[in-house]
Formats: sequence, structure tokens, C-alpha cells
Amino acid sequence: MTKAELVETVVENINGLTKKQTEVIVNTIFESIKDALARGDKVELRGFGSFKIRQRQSREGRNPKTGEMVAVPAKRVPFFKAGKELKIRVDN
Amino acid sequence: MTKADIVEEVYSRVGFSKKESSDVVETVLETIKKTLEKGDVVKIAGFGNFAIRHKGSRKGRNPKTGQEIEITPRKVVTFKPSQVFKEHILQYDARKAEEEAGGRV
Repeated sequence: MTKAELVETVVENINGLTKKQTEVIVNTIFESIKDALARGDKVELRGFGSFKIRQRQSREGRNPKTGEMVAVPAKRVPFFKAGKELKIRVDN
Repeated sequence: MTKADIVEEVYSRVGFSKKESSDVVETVLETIKKTLEKGDVVKIAGFGNFAIRHKGSRKGRNPKTGQEIEITPRKVVTFKPSQVFKEHILQYDARKAEEEAGGRV
């Protein structure tokens, strides 16, 4: 399923919203999650899961093409953990 | 941040009623869950992909008793953030570092 298909499904299930309006709302949902994580907040969606930031240490990497050693800087990366309900439903 | 805060953001950023915003948030989450339940992938451009991974059985240990047990095969949800999502975080950090450096000069 793609974002466009997700929007379609939402339009079919909710009365009174156009596809364009739904698209804007769906985009805003995902944008607000991204913004929250960037700020350092975590996002907890009951029954679905939580999005958090994980801190990655700096490390020595290697350019796969040249084999040259390069320093990979420390960084923050997004992380998702499925909630209880989602876990159970997926593993039924 | 919770579901209520996301509803609030949708309401204040794009001006739909709280009822509409809340309905869409619920439906989006339920649709993603249903799709994953079927074993399908959910690809959200600019955000990331949710997918199911099949894990085989493996040996585990009860941490309390030390007894060895068989962990049954299971399906788990994985999320892979898109490049855009990862960049969103890194750019925020770069901006912040720049602001701090600028503030000191």
C-alpha cells in the first residue's frame, strides 16, 4: 500500500472530505511526527506504536567503492516500536 | 506527543475540525494496521516503510531461571525510515548547531 492508496481508503471511509483535503491531513500527520522527533520528542500512539530517536555513535566506515576508511559522524536516527495491539494482530 | 497532540496539529495547521482531524488520524492508523495484518507493506513516501518480517524459531533462555526454551517463529513489524525522514532529523541538528555557533560569535 502506498500513501496514495492510504488516502483513497481514508476518503472511502470518511464522509464529507475530498481527496485533496484528506491528502493534506495525511501529509500533516506524518509531518508532525517528523517534526516532533526532530525536536527530540517521542510520539506514542496507543494501539499502534511509538516513534523515538535513537542516538548512533560515530564510527569508522568504509567507502564500499574505493575501500577507503571514512569517519561516520554520530547522529540521531528515527526508530519505531510496534505497540501491543499491532504486535498481536500481526502475529495472529 | 500523543494521538491527541497530532489531532491538535492537524487542526491548527490545516484548519479542519477536531472531529474530522481525529477521524482521519484514527482511520490512517487503523488502515496501516489492517494492511500489515494482511502481510502487505505500507509505503509512505517521505516518511518510511512499514513491513512484516518473519522470524524463525530460535533458542532462548528464561532470564530468571536460566532454563533454555524454544522461541516460536513469529511475525514482527519493522519500520524503515525514508532518506527524507533521516535528512529531516540531520538538517534540524545542523541548523541548531549553526545557530549555537552563530550565537557565540
